Amino acid sequence: MDSITVLMTSPMSDYLETQLRDRFNLVKLWTYSSKTDFFKHNSHSIRAVVGNTKIGADAELIDSLPELEIVSSYSVGLDKIDLRKCQEKGIRVTNTPDVLTDDVADVAMGLMLAVTRRVCECDRFVRRGLWPKGNFRLTNKFSGMQVGIVGLDRIGSAIAKRAEAFGCPISYYSRSEKPETNYKYFSNIIDLAVNCQILVVACALTKETHHIINREVIDALGPEGILINIGRGSHIDEPELVSALLEGRLGGAGLDVFENEPEVPEQLFGLENVVLMPHVGSDTVETADAMADLVIKNLEAHFLKKPLLTPVV
Amino acid sequence: MAHGIIHSHLPQVLVVHPPESFSVYQSQYSHKFHFLKAWESPLPLDQFLSTHARNVQAMLSSGISPIKADLLCHLPSLRLVVTPSTGLNHIDLSECRRRGVAVANAGSVASCDVADLAVGLLIDVLRKISVADRYVKQGLWASKTSYPIPLGSKLKGKRIGIIGLGSIGQEVATRLEAFGCSISYNSRKQKPSFSYPFYSSVFELATNSDALVICCGLSDQTHHLINKDVLLALGKEGVIINVGRGAIIDEKEMVQCLVQGDIGGAGLDVFENEPNVPKELFALDNVVLTPHRAAFTHETRASMRELAVGNLEAFFLNKPLLSQVMDN
Repeated sequence: MDSITVLMTSPMSDYLETQLRDRFNLVKLWTYSSKTDFFKHNSHSIRAVVGNTKIGADAELIDSLPELEIVSSYSVGLDKIDLRKCQEKGIRVTNTPDVLTDDVADVAMGLMLAVTRRVCECDRFVRRGLWPKGNFRLTNKFSGMQVGIVGLDRIGSAIAKRAEAFGCPISYYSRSEKPETNYKYFSNIIDLAVNCQILVVACALTKETHHIINREVIDALGPEGILINIGRGSHIDEPELVSALLEGRLGGAGLDVFENEPEVPEQLFGLENVVLMPHVGSDTVETADAMADLVIKNLEAHFLKKPLLTPVV
Repeated sequence: MAHGIIHSHLPQVLVVHPPESFSVYQSQYSHKFHFLKAWESPLPLDQFLSTHARNVQAMLSSGISPIKADLLCHLPSLRLVVTPSTGLNHIDLSECRRRGVAVANAGSVASCDVADLAVGLLIDVLRKISVADRYVKQGLWASKTSYPIPLGSKLKGKRIGIIGLGSIGQEVATRLEAFGCSISYNSRKQKPSFSYPFYSSVFELATNSDALVICCGLSDQTHHLINKDVLLALGKEGVIINVGRGAIIDEKEMVQCLVQGDIGGAGLDVFENEPNVPKELFALDNVVLTPHRAAFTHETRASMRELAVGNLEAFFLNKPLLSQVMDN
């Protein structure tokens, strides 16, 4: 298939890059100095786009690639892809569900533990040689804390299963109730926030869930409450979050995603009740390879006219 | 002896060294007990004890300072030592037994907290949470010249070897099962009520594990239980988590293994010579260090205080102790 030209939008995986280069004619968007330069040389040959959470396939890109047949995303999130345009033009879209569910859920739990038990802060304390001068202060018990989950799909359910093992009562807010679970359902997010101590954002980013965590929700969660975000930065009104943390109106936060990555509000850097990660929820050797394999398999299936493995459109 | 006259109606409790937050014991319970505070006296300890503690029947341990023959010989009336810790390695248990002194500890009150930190340390080491937090807070993510953080390692499917399947080990097992890990263990004796595979040899357990979690107490049998052979058996990708006592691991060997890359990483809450931590560890990104805080949450410290006081009250009322340490 090395006559088929595939566009990779940004560096995302050395392994994936190698696999794509071995199988297809690979074009890398980031090696061009400008978009116009890129479009001039390649627009008519590209039949597939491999995007990720940084650069997907927006309307501009799709419109400029007349031969585009398929967008295979190295992510489960679809917020960077203009799905409607793809549907209109008959362009297929695939993503990487399931393979990253466990890793993302593990990071959510890791963030909950790191914030409540101040693990990163303790590590800093020891490395700075402060222990001989006095003990680190007491922290808060994590087991048994009420955990509220926004979005109870694959990742939300995986988080719930883990948190249950710590004796945490689980409640959730979702588009629809899931009666097959034993968890307590709240039909609005304010009630969920009022009734939990740790609020975890685990839903997909859509128009409806943009800034779903706003000032009102943060106030409902309160000065003892902790917010964990492993969804998308735009789920949270970031300036409101920052001022709530600086003013002590929110008890703490564990964040793997931000509104304008890789920029992170610097006012958060000095806060010991905040743990920050650079969007690495699915970044393990095992999962990165599994995601890459799924991207490749979907592309090969498409060009061999076989059924796609994980189609979205 | 003015103190003795004022408080003579209250039962006496000797405190040689105060536990952390002793001020709370003082403020909440000085209407129930007369605390004999040896550390506040200008007298040398021996003299203080022979002058003031000849009739003392109960003692509140700091949880850290040794309680051995050289102290017990000055306390002819002692019948009870209460320690607000779970660990007992600071107490000479056979000497207490010989003298008819009962020992009560914190039972399983701290088990969830300790298990929580063990799991938190394991996730941190495998997924590089502290590394990530440092990286972002130093402004490196947005910097054009820095490298991204290396990929972590998936937790699901990892083979976990738990050393010590007591209350803490069981809580660790329950939690990690929910992450999709498989559990095996080594313990003094096999526990037939658990279906996890049992290994009578720590070396064999390490050979068959991706991570070891130390949840046992420190005793003569467990001192340096994790030696160089065990560490090498754990291997280059292996991770060791210690929420027991520092001396269960041969610390010098472990540091060397970490520096040389013979094991994959470590999450450590305890050390051989606290509060001193080997400085070679400070340069390593595959190590997460916490200052012996696994049981130190507000909730659990309050529970430990209540349990310690409950044991003291039961003793003075001639009732059964709440959490007496029994010989196994």
